[in-house]
Amino acid sequence: MIYEVSIGAIIIFIGFVALVLGLSFYFARKTKTANSYYAAGGTIHWGVNGIAFAGDYLSAASFLGICGMIAYAGYDGFLYSIGYLAGWVVALFVVAEPLKRMGKFTFTDALDSKFNSKGIKLTAAISTLIVSLFYLIPQMVGAGDLVVPLLGLPHWVGVVIVGSIVILIVATAGMTSTTYVQFLKGGLLIITTVVLTVLILNKGLEKSPYDGYHQFNSIEASFDAESGKLVLNDPTQGEVIYVTEGAAGKERFAKMLYNDYERWFRLVEKDGSIILEESLSVTDAAGGEKLYNGAEKEARQFYQVGHMYRIVSEGQEVESTGSLNPFNFLTKLEDSDIIIYTKAKIVDGKDNVTVYYPKLVPGKNIMKPGMIFKLANGTGWDKLNFISLMLALFLGTSALPHVLIRYYTVPSQRAARKSTIVAIAAIGFFYIMTLYLGLGAMINGVNDVASSNMSGPLLAKSFGVGIFSLISAIAFATVLGTVSGLIVASSGAIAHDFIDNYLNKQMSDKVKVRAGKIAAFAVGLVAILLGILFKGMNVSFLVGLAFAVAASANLPAIIMIIFWKKTTSKGVSSSIITGILSSIILILLSPSMYERYGMLKTDAVWPLDNPGIVSIPLAFIVLVVVSLLTKKKETVETVN
Amino acid sequence: MLHGPSAELKEDKAADRKAKLGLKFFFVYLFIYAFFVFLCVYKPELIGERVFLGLNLAVVYGFFLIILAIIMGFFYNLFCTRLENKLNEGGGEV
Repeated sequence: MIYEVSIGAIIIFIGFVALVLGLSFYFARKTKTANSYYAAGGTIHWGVNGIAFAGDYLSAASFLGICGMIAYAGYDGFLYSIGYLAGWVVALFVVAEPLKRMGKFTFTDALDSKFNSKGIKLTAAISTLIVSLFYLIPQMVGAGDLVVPLLGLPHWVGVVIVGSIVILIVATAGMTSTTYVQFLKGGLLIITTVVLTVLILNKGLEKSPYDGYHQFNSIEASFDAESGKLVLNDPTQGEVIYVTEGAAGKERFAKMLYNDYERWFRLVEKDGSIILEESLSVTDAAGGEKLYNGAEKEARQFYQVGHMYRIVSEGQEVESTGSLNPFNFLTKLEDSDIIIYTKAKIVDGKDNVTVYYPKLVPGKNIMKPGMIFKLANGTGWDKLNFISLMLALFLGTSALPHVLIRYYTVPSQRAARKSTIVAIAAIGFFYIMTLYLGLGAMINGVNDVASSNMSGPLLAKSFGVGIFSLISAIAFATVLGTVSGLIVASSGAIAHDFIDNYLNKQMSDKVKVRAGKIAAFAVGLVAILLGILFKGMNVSFLVGLAFAVAASANLPAIIMIIFWKKTTSKGVSSSIITGILSSIILILLSPSMYERYGMLKTDAVWPLDNPGIVSIPLAFIVLVVVSLLTKKKETVETVN
Repeated sequence: MLHGPSAELKEDKAADRKAKLGLKFFFVYLFIYAFFVFLCVYKPELIGERVFLGLNLAVVYGFFLIILAIIMGFFYNLFCTRLENKLNEGGGEV
């Protein structure tokens, strides 16, 4: 998709980034000790910390990923919102205060507070690093996606820009600046999404989203009795090149010469006649060229899509509803029918083509689970995959290192608790609005089928360049802030947990801070590379995987240290290693990763996309068994 | 390296009771969340039924889970603060 670059958007964007960097340099002057670098000196007010929590958490996954997922799959995307928010309940009721009591700078400090074990120091540092890297991937992918329409630059340039700015932020100021950046961003993100939600409700439902929305053509055709070839009833509309082979349950497509371009149409047989429905296509040509609807990107032949097909209001079919209240918006949408775009892969000679074709979906199917997660007619594995995801989302939040370290930035346990409640309120409010933003994008003709992550910002663009500029700048700051937090957590794992504590290198406070900054630089470079490699994947899906790794590697250790007195250091280390290995191995063998490798999903060795349902209980079991086996030995060692 | 809190914390005599309270709140929410997942998986036809103000059960339950987390959080903080004020010397913040 090619977007028109807006000067206003660029000015607001640069202004916002300059503000963020200005804040960083200001706080850099105050960052002299390790305590201020890693934990902001433990002096942040709980209200500020709460909104900063929200800023940390409402990352690219929430704003870009969830909105995109709802825009393409309706309620199934909203399930991520529910799961993400529910995870905070575990953080508040179970983890927040004990962790605040136990920890110093990092999550490893908390785990190791009772044991002073080299094994825990090493494994927890590795876990922090791996979970942070998993979480960094979607943020960087989101950053790249965002820069494409905002600045008109390629995806990889966006990834490099974010990586560079974040390295600069973290390498200058650490946790204090990260906190204030997150506070600013979290607050602004919530305010602007409220504005956007009001605009969506005010517009209501309309069959024609906006002037200039592309009207997709339907062409009548028939098979020639003599040659058996498909020909158009009106030959002036184009020429059929060939039709793909048919198979049970498989869509058929016709490749056509249409308006001077090679285009793809879906073949639909209805009441004995044949209709060719205009579709969108992205062709990865054998020579490395990428074509959008048969043309180069600059030809602007690719269109934004998604609209209401039939609107039912008070039992009557109407063209538009006018402004609606939040309840009516959802109920009328459920009564109506919507055109969404779904994809199919075609091998066209040496070229690989992805065709996005229109599909009529009743509103009632959009407003309940089922478009991604096959629950009604799915197999047992489909159901297990869904349960696994909901489990990982529920248990993942309280095991994310960059969330956990925020408990050390406040002065007391009460402040830790209060800041978590502020975070839950802010995040919960935001997540309710994601449903409106996602559905708004679905029906207002703004979706770019080539990138599901851009629905939110593109929806804003449909309401004017002003709000688009602001939303894009904030979304970019969202990525900046979250990546900053993750890099602080990662650099803490390397410099503080590994070099300082595990290797026991004697370092002055100044050297510790420098080591943290060098580590931040290295992690930032790795994040840039991963962001480029994983281009094109939905960021919310990727975050779901990060949650599974975090919940498997960290949560069993946290919970058992808090609540089970027989937990031993070897039990904790073994559990962390088991959680990391089992979750990552299962992810690498999963259907989605097979698709990523260019293979068929059905060939995947492991049938579940989300490993949580296996790896989380496995890590708990290993912790219990190893703790029981090593209990006596550790007690003897302690006595000696 | 010595391990300890990033900020100096006083002894919290309410810690055990707060932990028990937190667990109770957690299990209540877990049960309600698990029931939602159960409905989605095993009663998909029920989750699409309209139940409140024209909204279906999926939407109502989803919003309810989000709002419930906020409400339970407020009450948890209220009870914890009372326990801290009652059990800790000087009723101070810990």
